[in-house]
Amino acid sequence: MAEQKDNPVLAVNGASKSFGAVRALNGLSFALAPGECVGLVGHNGAGKSTLVGIMNGGIRPDSGTIHLEGNDETARYSVAVARKSGLRCVFQELSLCPNLTVTENARIAHASISGFGWRRRAERVVRSKLDEIFPGHGIDCGQAVGMLSIAQRQMVEIAMAFSESESPARIVILDEPTSSLDASIARQMLDHIRKFVGGGGSVVLISHILSEILTSTDRIVVMKDGGVVADGPSSGFTMETLVGAMGSVVRARDAAAPPRDRTGTEPILIRRGTEGAPEFRAFAGEIVGLAGLGGHGQTEMLVELFHGFGGDWTARTDIKAAFVAGDRHVDGNLPMWSILRNISITLLTDLTRAGIVSERDERAIAQTWRERIGIRTDDLDNPILSLSGGNQQKVLFSRALATRAPVVLMDDPMRGVDIGTKQDVYSMLRAEADSGRTFVWYSTEIDEICQCDRVYVFREGRIVVELTGADIREDRVLAASFSTEAA
Amino acid sequence: MICTLFAKPWIWSFVAAMGVWLITILFTGGAAAAGLSQAALTFAAFSIIVGIGQMFVITLGPGNVDLSIPATMTLAGTVALKIMDSNDGLILIGILVALVIGLAIGVVNYGLIKLLRIPPIIATLSSSFIIQSAAISYNRGIRIKPPPALAEFTTATTLGIPNLAYLALVVSAVAWVALEKGIYGRWVSAVGQNIRAARMAGVPVDGVRAGTYLVCAALASLTGLLLSCFSGGAALNMGAEYLLTSIAVVVIGGTAVAGGFANVPGIWGASLFLFLVVSMLNTYGASAGIRLLLTGTIIIAVIVAASRSPRT
Amino acid sequence: MTWFTADRLRLLVPALSLAMLLVAVFWVQPRAMSYTGLNLLFNLAVPIALATIAQMLIMTVNDLDLSMGTFVSFAACVTATFLQSNPVLGILILAGCVGVYAILGVVIYLRNLPSIVVTLGMSFVWGGLAVLLLPAPGGVAPDWIRAIMVSKPPLVPMAIIASVLIAAVAHWIVIRSAFGVVIRGVGGNERSVTRAGWSVLKARAAAYALAGVFAVLAGMCLVGLTTSADANIALRYTLLSIAGVILGGGEFVGGRVSPIGAVIGALTLTLAASFLSFLKISPDWQIGAQGAILIVVLALRLVLNRHEGRRAAKSA
Repeated sequence: MAEQKDNPVLAVNGASKSFGAVRALNGLSFALAPGECVGLVGHNGAGKSTLVGIMNGGIRPDSGTIHLEGNDETARYSVAVARKSGLRCVFQELSLCPNLTVTENARIAHASISGFGWRRRAERVVRSKLDEIFPGHGIDCGQAVGMLSIAQRQMVEIAMAFSESESPARIVILDEPTSSLDASIARQMLDHIRKFVGGGGSVVLISHILSEILTSTDRIVVMKDGGVVADGPSSGFTMETLVGAMGSVVRARDAAAPPRDRTGTEPILIRRGTEGAPEFRAFAGEIVGLAGLGGHGQTEMLVELFHGFGGDWTARTDIKAAFVAGDRHVDGNLPMWSILRNISITLLTDLTRAGIVSERDERAIAQTWRERIGIRTDDLDNPILSLSGGNQQKVLFSRALATRAPVVLMDDPMRGVDIGTKQDVYSMLRAEADSGRTFVWYSTEIDEICQCDRVYVFREGRIVVELTGADIREDRVLAASFSTEAA
Repeated sequence: MICTLFAKPWIWSFVAAMGVWLITILFTGGAAAAGLSQAALTFAAFSIIVGIGQMFVITLGPGNVDLSIPATMTLAGTVALKIMDSNDGLILIGILVALVIGLAIGVVNYGLIKLLRIPPIIATLSSSFIIQSAAISYNRGIRIKPPPALAEFTTATTLGIPNLAYLALVVSAVAWVALEKGIYGRWVSAVGQNIRAARMAGVPVDGVRAGTYLVCAALASLTGLLLSCFSGGAALNMGAEYLLTSIAVVVIGGTAVAGGFANVPGIWGASLFLFLVVSMLNTYGASAGIRLLLTGTIIIAVIVAASRSPRT
Repeated sequence: MTWFTADRLRLLVPALSLAMLLVAVFWVQPRAMSYTGLNLLFNLAVPIALATIAQMLIMTVNDLDLSMGTFVSFAACVTATFLQSNPVLGILILAGCVGVYAILGVVIYLRNLPSIVVTLGMSFVWGGLAVLLLPAPGGVAPDWIRAIMVSKPPLVPMAIIASVLIAAVAHWIVIRSAFGVVIRGVGGNERSVTRAGWSVLKARAAAYALAGVFAVLAGMCLVGLTTSADANIALRYTLLSIAGVILGGGEFVGGRVSPIGAVIGALTLTLAASFLSFLKISPDWQIGAQGAILIVVLALRLVLNRHEGRRAAKSA
């Protein structure tokens, strides 16, 4: 544990949080002293976003306390309370109104700027902060945010977070703030952080660019599996120790199959890499893993691969690819339907004669899959939403696996699935692959990536490394996921 | 048995229709029972056929609605009657022409939606103005009588039940099979529930949406033909009331306004109900204003009551 | 500092098309180039411009009002009857209508209803009420409204002054005022507005109520011009108002609207009708021409947006 801070400005003690079967935080404690910049690092699923959610009031922990300035605020903590105490967040997703100008967005964010002449005052607030942090930024505050480039929007978000309103900013949480900024602008932001911290403010910085973390923070907290695994002054870390701390005890691959010889065989999926990035290839009977931090372009590539097979206008009689959704509410579940209909939708063309669906065949196949994959329900006619998250995910798996599709694309499908089911699904995938099916598997879990025959690690929207055979190791994946080049 | 019957979402429109029917019959002393029922079935038949087309479109999900139905009805009725020229020998050609007009309008509608990315409401509204103008310009105020055989068919009854009701029954049966038993119904429902999930599950989303707008326009043109034959000639404003009626019968009939769930029997209950309310108000001597007012109030009340996802 | 912001570019297309149309009208009909001629050309544009602003306010919060035409008709009927004979009752009724609009905004938001279906239902209600009030065309415009509408200010015709005034007031409310920013914010990114602590419910109710106010004004102006009312007097306004907003550079979703553009759009539509009749185009095709104009504008918009999108991608 960290050395006890005297009077932390914000402290989370013993916080636990579960989402369904998944334990996101495990009695974690985190304290932020005034005038301190803490770097928060960890791989996917370490619990960073949950911790940020608890600190900004968006997520209520199952247990544990939250102290502001030493006062216990656990009971009444909320986004509003956090804001009022001077806590600001910059997320990766856009939190501005794209149709409004920069000035008008400042007005939305700071309700206290109103009445006559509000426009002038709002512009002064945001412009002075932009000038201060990013000298020569070239942003026209009268321009609609939607017309700005992504980097400029990000600069506006950062400036808004540091700007004064009814309460001055005292704690600023920056979640990947530099992901769309070029190096010199990122430098300006990091310099401002140092200035802000020097003036007594506190900053939590999350970044996949480790050099930023190492050079700009006072202290680094490394998270893994919902807890803190390392916590110490930044000077005590190097690139290597940081990557090492994020990984678990080095573990040999369960069944390190030697990489198969692919010479002479044609890959069934190919995508050319841009700007020197490795080419993506998948061979029949392979499980190909897509790794890297979440949101770095893996899902986009799966969707593109899927659309590459066509089929928007006419039904596919011969299904070429099936898709297993990870974000099941967005692109998986058909929420008004029964379990049965949710399983059969992709393979309906096989069950249809003269336009009429054979309900007997449909039920037979669904029954088979209920047993094979163990969907826990006594009646397949129950609505899909009556199932637990893990069981809904099993339905989505059966939807894809029940087809004859030679390629199955999986978009991090194991979120919220319990460990027992995972083992069942893993062995099922391996058996299916051995019989010739190809799986392209985006996963945020190292364990799953280590089961693949070939792995592509993504960073900032493109493939950075291809790993095969014995090279598929946690440290290699981690090192490629985080930018470890010196700034 | 009763319990399962009452669990059906469409039962309430029938209960309401029955209630209104009884009240009207009681008021008139039972004398008009047969006449009222026949009139109800005849007029309901028109709203049932256009309503089924609209139902499929609305089931495609939020924002999907076809506002070109009235103009399509007018144009198809006008052109078909002129081509048939009151001649029984040309009936088949007339029907064919009406259907081709409907399909062409469907293609234009979905073309606007897909290629110009215009929201369906505006796409179908704009196309309806062009269609309306085409009908006005083609019609020139001349009223051509329908071929005698078609006029006879649309106004006559068989075994005491209007021929049009049989026709509506056939259309409904086909729609019900397609919806409940066919792959098309599954696809429409999947698209309406979550278009992204449907696409990723391999549903041919564009094909399904285009087909639905085509079917809707074809049904509207068929109804336009029937209506103009029934009323002895095409009139330029004959489709006007079906803009709202087609949406109202879908919503009152228990189809989800936000899409994903459709219901054919409910359209029958709702169509009969709407007609009977109007005729009940007529028997009581209520004015056109009261009729409109009540119809609007009923529609809004049903939508508000049926909305299943209030914000928390 | 760039002068060509997205908003200004959006306004340029409608302004240019209005200017071109005006030149074309003057060319075909030189007599229109006079005080009386201009007044005649644009007189009927005033109520349409007000209705367009009302529709624009609804579209700002990502909804659509399909009852605009019947509501303006009803407001016109009230103006020609109650407001004439019993001003207090008339004002109360019209204020009540504004209240109904606010309630609609609340109900649509709270129950998560599709605005088109609700407003379609409302169009029956307003239509029914209008028919009850004036079963046959009739009523008399209150003298003061009549006086305002036919007044002849020096140099510039009333219709032009009114249009400029409407555009200025609406621009101030929707674009310049702090309140307008919140309404547009709701249309642009409801979540971020909520996160900053604003009540989306109140903003939407206010937008609807304000739309009701402008629609009532549209009805009053219309009666001032026509001197009497009937239940179907403004049925065309539903489409005209939507088309006006779109022509003026507004969009269906995303809170991107332009009040000045909307007024220009309304003027353009009115002028287009006169132009078509000057050209001896059969009145049969007048509605069709409006539909076609709408489609062409939306097609142009798509091209323009694609261009903008490419430019934004390049500068990123």
